[in-house]
Amino acid sequence: MILLLLIAIPIIGGLAAWTAARWSPTAPRWIALGATAIPLVLALSLWGQGSASGGQWIATFDVPWIPAAGIDFHLAIDGLSLLLVLLTYLLGVLSVAVSWNSNENRPGFFFFNLLLILGGTTGVFIALDLFLFFFFWELMVLPMYFLIGIWGHENRNYAAIKFFLFTQASGLLLLIAILGLHFAHFAETGIHTFRYEDLLGTSFPPSLGMGLMLGFFIAFAVKLPAFPFHTWLADAHTEAPTAGSVILAGLLLKTGGYGLLRFVVPIFPEASAVFAPVAMTLGAIGILYGAKLAFAQSDLKRLVAYTSVSHMGFVLIGVFAWNTWAIQGVIVQMIAHGLSTGALFIIAGGIQDRLHTRDMNRMGGFWPHAPRMAALALFFAMASLGLPGLGNFVGEFLVLIGTFQKSIAVAVFATVGIVGATVYSLWIIQRVFHGEAGEATRIADLSVRETVVLSVLVVGLLGLGLYPRSVLQMSEPVASVLQAGAPSEPGVPGEARSDFRFHTFSPTAVHLQHSPPDVPVSIHAEKPVAAGFSASFSSAESDSTVTSGPQSKTHVPFIFP
Amino acid sequence: MFELLWLIPALPFAGFLFLVLAGGLPRSAVAAIGCASVGLSASIALLICHQFLSSPPPGDFYTQTLWTWIETANFAPGIAFHLDALSLVMILVITGVGFLIHLYSAEYMEGDEGYQRFFAYLNLFVGCMLVLVLADNFVLLLLGWEGVGLCSYLLIGFWYRDPENGRAARKAFVVTRIGDTALLIGLFLLFAELGTLHIQDVLGRAGENWEPGSGIALAAALLILGGALGKSAQLPLQTWLPDAMAGPTPVSALIHAATMVTAGVYLIARTNVLFELAPAAMLTVAIIGTATLLTAGLSALAQSDIKRVLAYSTISQLGYMFLALGVGAWSAAMFHLMTHALFKALLFLAAGALILSLHHEQNMFRMGGLRKKLPVVFWTFLIGAVSLAALPLVGSGFYSKEKILWDVWISPHGGPAFWTAALLGAVITSLYTFRMVFLTFFGSAKTEVYVRPGARITTVLLILAVLSTFGGGVELPHTFGHVTFFSNFLQTAVDTEVTLPPGLDAVLWALLGIASVLVVLGAMAAWFCYVKRPELSRRIAESSPGAKVRAFLLAGWGFDRIYDHLIVNPFTFAARINRADIVDYVYAITAGTARALHVLLSETQTGRLRLYAVVLTAGTLVLLIIAFSS
Repeated sequence: MILLLLIAIPIIGGLAAWTAARWSPTAPRWIALGATAIPLVLALSLWGQGSASGGQWIATFDVPWIPAAGIDFHLAIDGLSLLLVLLTYLLGVLSVAVSWNSNENRPGFFFFNLLLILGGTTGVFIALDLFLFFFFWELMVLPMYFLIGIWGHENRNYAAIKFFLFTQASGLLLLIAILGLHFAHFAETGIHTFRYEDLLGTSFPPSLGMGLMLGFFIAFAVKLPAFPFHTWLADAHTEAPTAGSVILAGLLLKTGGYGLLRFVVPIFPEASAVFAPVAMTLGAIGILYGAKLAFAQSDLKRLVAYTSVSHMGFVLIGVFAWNTWAIQGVIVQMIAHGLSTGALFIIAGGIQDRLHTRDMNRMGGFWPHAPRMAALALFFAMASLGLPGLGNFVGEFLVLIGTFQKSIAVAVFATVGIVGATVYSLWIIQRVFHGEAGEATRIADLSVRETVVLSVLVVGLLGLGLYPRSVLQMSEPVASVLQAGAPSEPGVPGEARSDFRFHTFSPTAVHLQHSPPDVPVSIHAEKPVAAGFSASFSSAESDSTVTSGPQSKTHVPFIFP
Repeated sequence: MFELLWLIPALPFAGFLFLVLAGGLPRSAVAAIGCASVGLSASIALLICHQFLSSPPPGDFYTQTLWTWIETANFAPGIAFHLDALSLVMILVITGVGFLIHLYSAEYMEGDEGYQRFFAYLNLFVGCMLVLVLADNFVLLLLGWEGVGLCSYLLIGFWYRDPENGRAARKAFVVTRIGDTALLIGLFLLFAELGTLHIQDVLGRAGENWEPGSGIALAAALLILGGALGKSAQLPLQTWLPDAMAGPTPVSALIHAATMVTAGVYLIARTNVLFELAPAAMLTVAIIGTATLLTAGLSALAQSDIKRVLAYSTISQLGYMFLALGVGAWSAAMFHLMTHALFKALLFLAAGALILSLHHEQNMFRMGGLRKKLPVVFWTFLIGAVSLAALPLVGSGFYSKEKILWDVWISPHGGPAFWTAALLGAVITSLYTFRMVFLTFFGSAKTEVYVRPGARITTVLLILAVLSTFGGGVELPHTFGHVTFFSNFLQTAVDTEVTLPPGLDAVLWALLGIASVLVVLGAMAAWFCYVKRPELSRRIAESSPGAKVRAFLLAGWGFDRIYDHLIVNPFTFAARINRADIVDYVYAITAGTARALHVLLSETQTGRLRLYAVVLTAGTLVLLIIAFSS
């Protein structure tokens, strides 16, 4: 029930805000604040339960929707989803706070769109029926189109249409892939279903599996965005209003990463294993190329936008490295990026509100006039360049540690990307805050409201950087279950599956769902399976034979190139 | 007593937080908080040192875990500290010299608008540096490592109004981060191979599992070396340090002479087991150290800015430490690290007092004759210079440098070739050091003295002068005195040591004699060239080949130009031409094509019925022909 509320409250709140605008121009923002704060509290209340019940799913909600087609209204939340839902509503509250005064223009409709996006995003994170997932996936897009198109900056129409076309084209691919998966499963079992756990064990002919996997992959890669599908992002981020940029960078991109983690690799283990070298290469290119593009920009928001391309490259390589370190790193990286990039967009938006420009050539020397803004910007720039002690470092370090075991070359290139992050992050500080005072000599420092908003993000990043354990413990069981590739029915304890955490993607793992629950799972793990995923990647990367983590051994054979 | 260990890094962090969060404190309060936080941690460090010496903990180390930091799948580095002889020496140097420099800065920075910001950065730096040397795992070490890099960046660019300072600051951060990339990859390799990043476990498992001379050990050692080269400004990543002198002088003393730049030396000494397993890496360290100490020393000879002389001298002295590490003389390297921290801090601070007195004049050729006007500064500077030049018997620098020299001679990894190069370097050191002394304090006065250093600066200079004179007493040569307190103590943390074969006393005496005589000759040559016959040095510098050599050395052997051409310019060029993202053109072309087709198709909608009829008929005819012909 609580899951339904998580989605319903923002949607109902959005409608209420829209209606209330007729009577009072200030009512919508209070309604919006309530409609984001209440779900945040609700989601937090699930946190304690997570560790109590041993299974994967902390809460579920499951009613039939269109039984004839095998479509259910099936929601379920596990550690991964919970973390992302918390991020959603945290950034939701902050976005409302950021847009508190800035929307004289139709505030009701503005907050309606904002809340609808949050509801849709939450739905994406907790829907476990693929049809329902697609429904929420589309629900996010249209309000974002309006947000950019109505409240955006100079070039908003171009950006909004570009955003819409990219996401719709990829959405179409996603729909085709979901239907294909549905019918492939029907052909195999004779059952019509869109349920995630049922579809997990589907087996495909290789070419069909690859085709369907690519459909999912491209849809998620566009959202992530991965090179070469990233070009919508710079325009959308730049032209969106501040709250829109925060939600785009903080949340919408994360749905891409979430989709890769939840669907692509678990449903298509074999195809993903074959495709992994390509995906990881794209990720590494994205890291370096995004950093280079960011450095070249003179538009502050555009610069920050391109840093997302770079940071999300780590998510892509981490997902396809697919071991516990990398998956955990991906999860931390998604949260940390949501916080740090959201903060940078808030600062960029604040500067634009004050100066009516995003052009860094007209900035400089802000430090003496706005020391608080400068110090906070410095903090978030440091988070962005991966300073240890802040959240992004934990994410990137874990991703790289995991990636190194799969592909040394990709890990090396991705590590070089950190130098790129240093270059562009320091460049922001230099161009905006250091130097002689530029054309715009005086700038007002952050208001109390802005300071509070950014301080929350500071605390979040420090917490994630210095005490990431609580987050990692939350996601660790999910990381194991995802790798197991086998479904764990809601309510069925899934702890046995942690035994074969590193024997990922063995074709036999698929059979687990047919085995009786009392059979020790480790029997399957001990089979001399050709460690499907890792082995096939290693054969593609002939220079490395590191196939499993150090947990199962003290010394891994290493053939030095 | 040992359980107070965590306070040593925590106190400076607390000072930093307080200074950041409490806005607009009066200057006296800022200075009090800044100095007290570091002063308190220095006192605790002394207490712990006393306890460590009087009743050593079991196994000669003490660990303290505050909490588990990142925990997932067998990877669980903690926020945990490891105290042994090596880290103890480092924390004493950091908190001791750090405290003195804080005290000095309280006066030096008095007139600056960023007083509070300065002390906040300085406290943060000390905290990070302490974490670096106390970390019991590589991930926490990295936290300190990057943290000091950040502080170095912030303090080099402290006077941010001048874009040149910002450029120097960014250069320092980016160049060291290039080295850090290698270090990071090295850590990934260690974890993939050994399954842990806990430093002592890594060293233990590497010793058990890796063959000496194996490729994997070599790779690990070289990657770690990459990080050390960046931080410690060794060839080929040395270019940032001379530019780093853009920061305030106390910063140069603390970060860019006494502490942060020695982090690379500490790292290699800490991971000495890995280097012992890879003799080729050891040789690389020794060669890089030798090349650095010679090139930087020659560059120091050509500078006219007093701070740049000291900067090149720092690079050169770090080169000595690397040479010592490369031949396996771990304790000699650490000994020189300690004495260098003392006398180089003294030199920088005395130079700072000079610069302050002359209203920010840094050009030595516009100084001169200051011996009478600033006697305290002169005498303390001279004491530092004597140590740096390693004049026999007086000054701690003599003892540490001589220890390096004869360890190089007797070590199986070293030998006469390295010894000769190091000796040449010692002569160059003596030359540039006394050139600096004579140009600044002797000859005719060229600039007026505006202010005289006050009580805090003078006190700090005097304390450091005493320390850098007698600090060498903890380790005296085998041939006289024979005190091995320091190396015995360090032996508890760093196993292997260059052992002295018996019956070499005569050789050692001879080596000592040769080195001493040559160093004194170097100082005399400087006197001859810059005091007795100043026109001689001027004529050499102004002659055509002399000017060319001088320009080459002044520019630090042209490394900056090479890097500009090879890396910086191509990168900015690539960024500039592709600002609009070439990938987007693919989509733009798709969109353009769709639009063009749309225009073409809508062209056909002319609204003229006759045209439609013609096209319809023609189309039908074509279809009929196709149908019938098949």
